[in-house]
Amino acid sequence: MQHVTVPMIGAAGAWRDAARGLLAANVAPCDVLWNAQGQGGAPDLFAADTPPLVGTAPVTVPRGFVELANSAVFHSDPQRFARLYAFLWRLRDAPHLMSDRADPELAKLRQMEKAVHRCRHKMRAFVRFREIGDPAAPRRSFAAWFEPTHYTLEMNTPFFRDRFADMDWRIVTPDVTAIFEKGKVRLEAGQAAPHLPEDASEELWLTYFRNIFNPARLKVNAMTSEMPRKYWKNLREAAAIPGLIADAPARARAMAAAAPTLPPLRAAAAQAGLARHVSAWTDTGGGLEADIRACTRCALHCNATQAVCGEGPADAALMIVGEQPGDREDLVGRPFVGPAGQLFDTLAAEAGLDRGAAYVTNAVKHFKHIPRGRKRIHQRPDAGEVQQCKWWLDAEIARSKPRLIVAMGATAALSLTGSGARITARRGSVERGSAGIDVLITLHPSYLLRLPDAAAKARATADLRADLALTVQISTNARGGPSATPR
Amino acid sequence: MTKQTLDQKLAILSDAAKYDASCASSGGTKRNARGGGLGSNTGSGICHSYAPDGRCISLLKILMTNFCIYDCSYCINRVSSNVPRARFSVDEVVKLTIEFYRRNYIEGLFLSSGVIRSPDATMSDMVQIARKLRHEEHFKGYIHLKTIPDAAPELIAEAGLLSDRLSINVELPTDAALSTFAPEKNPGQIRRAMADVRERREVAKDRSHSGKRPPKFAPAGQSTQVIIGADASTDTAVLTQSTRLYSSYGLRRVYYSAFSPIPDASAKLPLISPPLQREHRLYQADWLLRFYGFDVDEITSVTPDGNLALDIDPKLAWALQHRGLFPLDVNRASRELLLRVPGFGVKTVNRILTTRRHRHLRYEDITRMGASMKKAGAFVTAGGWTPGSLTDSAHLRARFAPPPEQMTLF
Repeated sequence: MQHVTVPMIGAAGAWRDAARGLLAANVAPCDVLWNAQGQGGAPDLFAADTPPLVGTAPVTVPRGFVELANSAVFHSDPQRFARLYAFLWRLRDAPHLMSDRADPELAKLRQMEKAVHRCRHKMRAFVRFREIGDPAAPRRSFAAWFEPTHYTLEMNTPFFRDRFADMDWRIVTPDVTAIFEKGKVRLEAGQAAPHLPEDASEELWLTYFRNIFNPARLKVNAMTSEMPRKYWKNLREAAAIPGLIADAPARARAMAAAAPTLPPLRAAAAQAGLARHVSAWTDTGGGLEADIRACTRCALHCNATQAVCGEGPADAALMIVGEQPGDREDLVGRPFVGPAGQLFDTLAAEAGLDRGAAYVTNAVKHFKHIPRGRKRIHQRPDAGEVQQCKWWLDAEIARSKPRLIVAMGATAALSLTGSGARITARRGSVERGSAGIDVLITLHPSYLLRLPDAAAKARATADLRADLALTVQISTNARGGPSATPR
Repeated sequence: MTKQTLDQKLAILSDAAKYDASCASSGGTKRNARGGGLGSNTGSGICHSYAPDGRCISLLKILMTNFCIYDCSYCINRVSSNVPRARFSVDEVVKLTIEFYRRNYIEGLFLSSGVIRSPDATMSDMVQIARKLRHEEHFKGYIHLKTIPDAAPELIAEAGLLSDRLSINVELPTDAALSTFAPEKNPGQIRRAMADVRERREVAKDRSHSGKRPPKFAPAGQSTQVIIGADASTDTAVLTQSTRLYSSYGLRRVYYSAFSPIPDASAKLPLISPPLQREHRLYQADWLLRFYGFDVDEITSVTPDGNLALDIDPKLAWALQHRGLFPLDVNRASRELLLRVPGFGVKTVNRILTTRRHRHLRYEDITRMGASMKKAGAFVTAGGWTPGSLTDSAHLRARFAPPPEQMTLF
C-alpha cells in the first residue's frame, strides 16, 4: 500500500508529481491512500508516507485532463486526489474517455471542476479589502478576510497580483494566506480572522448599494442564487439587505400613490396618422437636404440609419442617378461610397468622366434591406417606394436643371422614365424622361459586382464604361453648341 | 442651500442611475497592471454584489449629474420632475472609482449623465473623467460611457478610445413612441450615432498599409436599452427593432428594462408594477435570435397577439406549435434541430455532439450533460427513452405552464 500526503500549498504540482510516479510504477488506484495535509478526515494513524516512486515508463496524459486536475485538486472533497488518480488510471487505456461527457466518473470530476471554478469566480467577486496602512503612503496597503468553499486562493493569486499591482495586499483564509508585498506574492499557512480597522470608503459603498436598489422590482431569489447567503457574513452591504427587502413594498406603493392620474394614450396614435402629402416639394426654410433627411413618406425610414442625399454641384449639367444607398452609404450618409461606388469611380475615371462635376444621387434615399443574422441583405425597392421617393428626385432635378441624366439600373430608369422594362435591352440609348430631360440608360455598377461569370462580367464592365464614355461625349457636344444626337 | 457632502451626492446620483439595466463588464481588451497602474480586464465580467432587485452590481453606475434640460416622460431626471439634484465634480468621480476599485467593490465605471448646457458640454465633461482615469490614475479597469447623441464627432472619437464600451439608448420600441415620450430626442440622430460608432469600430480594425493597428475603439462594442411596457408596443415590435439593431450596427446587447414606477412620475405613463416576466421572456427570445438560429418571424408567429406567452418560454411555445418536427433522435438529429429542443442549451447540444461520436446516448447520459429532461423529455428520443404519445398529447402545454392561481381578494 502506498501512502501519499499532498500539501495544502502547491497541491496541484505535488499531486501531479505523485500521480506520475505511481502511474509509471504501475500502481493501481486501490493500492494508494491519499492524504491531504492539515485537513480533517481520519488518516491512517499507523501509516507513514512511503517514499515517492520513480517509475521508468513514459507517462502521457490528454491535455484536457491536466487542466481538469489542476482545478479539481482544489476541491474540498476529501476523495478528490483518489478520484483523479482513479480516472487517470482508466485514461491510460482509453484516452478518448476525456471527451465522453456521459461517463459518470468524468461527470463527477467535471462537476467538481465547475464547483471550483465557481468558487474561484466568487472569490474574485466577493473579497473585500480594507485599508490597513496610511492612505497617503506612496504604496498603500490593504487586507481582506475571506472564507472560500474550496481551496481556491492559490489559483486566484495571479488574478489579484495582476489587478492590484500598485498596492500591497494580503488575503487571509482559514487554510492559506496570500501576501503581496513590493511586487512579490508569497503563500503562507491559513489564519483565524484578523482584526481589520474600519474603512471610511465602506460607508460610501453602503450608500451606493442602498441607492442603486430599485424597490419597485423585488427579485430576492435572483439575488440569492448569485450571491448565496454563505458569503453574506463577510460582505458589509449584505447587512442592509433585510431592511431593503422589508421596506420595498411600502416604497413602491408610496411611489404609485404619489403619482397623478393618467390621460389616455389615444392622442399619440391620432397624431401619428397625420402625414402631409402635397404634390411637389416646396422649401419651407430648412432646405432640400434637411427635408430629405427628415423624410417619413414611406416605411423605409424606420429601418434605415439615415436618408442619403445627393452630392455634387447643385447646378451641375450632368446628373447621375443610382438605385438606393447600400450598407456603407447608409452608415456614412453619402452616396456611392460603398463597393459599387468605388467601381463606378474607377470606370468613370477610365471613361474620362469627372464625378466631382456631376450631381450624384439615388432614386430611393433610404437603404432597403432585411436583417439576416448580423448582416443586412439589400432589397430592391418596390414601385410604391420608388414613387414616394420620386418626389425628392423631382425636387433635385427641378433645382439643378441638368441637361442630361444618367439612369444606372432598373430602379433609376423606372423612376426617371416611368418604364421598368429590361435594362439590358435599353442600355446605351437615350430616352425622353418624364421631366422632359434626356435620360441615358445604363447598367448599375452593383450588377457588375454580382455577375458570377467572368466573361459576362467583362462584357458588362465594357458596356458600362462605353456608356459613361458616351455620356462624356454627349455632354461635351451639348456644351459645344449643337444638341447631341442619340446614336 | 448647504453644500452637499460626497455621500449625499452619491445617494442622489446612484439613485438616478439605477434605471439603466446594463451592468456588463465583459468583453474589451485583456489587460492588467503588471506593467504599472491599477486594474485588469480578463474579458469575462465579474459581478461584485447583487441588490435585492436581482440586478448585479459590477460597475459603479452613476450619473455625472441628474440636472437635465430634456423632458422625457419615463425618466426620473426629466426637467419637469421634482427629485433632488446634484452634480459630481470630475475629481469626485475619479476618486470614487479608484477607491471602490482598490477595495474590490467594482470592475470599473459606468458613467451616464443628464444633459446640461449642451450635448457637447456634457460629453466633454464625461470624456474628461475617462481621460483622467486612464492617463493620470493609469486605471486599467472597465469604463462604459453613455454617449450623448448630438455630441460632436471628435468627442465621440475620444470617448471610444478611452472606454471599453459605448452605449446610446434607443429608449422605446418605435420612433413614434420616442417622439411622444421624449420630444427632444431624435430617433434618426440616435441611429446615426450608432452607425458612427460601428463605422469607427470597423475603421479601427483595419491595419494600415505598414501593418500597424490603429488604437482600439470601444473594444467591448456598443449596447443599448429599450424600456418595456411604457408604451403600447408589442413584443413583435420590440424584437423586430432588436433584430434591426443587431444587424445594422453590430450591437453586443440590447437590454430590455421593464418600465418601473419612479418617484414623482409623469402623468403620461402607466404606474403599474414593472412587467418583470415580460422582460424575462424578451431576454429569452433575444437569446434565441442570437445563439439558437431563430428568426424573429418564427418566434413572433406563434404569438396570437404579437406578445410572447408569459406562462411558458418562447422556445417551448415554438416547439408546441411545431410538434410535427418532434420527437428528435438525440443520436442522429443535426445541431440546428437539437438547438430547437426546449430544455437543451448550446452547451448541452455541444456535449451531445462530442459524446455521440463515442457512444450511443441513453436517457441518463443526457441528464448528466446539463439538459433539463423535464422539458426536453417530450421532444426527444434516446436509448431507453421515447415520449410515446406525449409529444402530441393535448395536455402537453398544461404540463409546463404554471397552475392557475386563485386571485386574491385583498
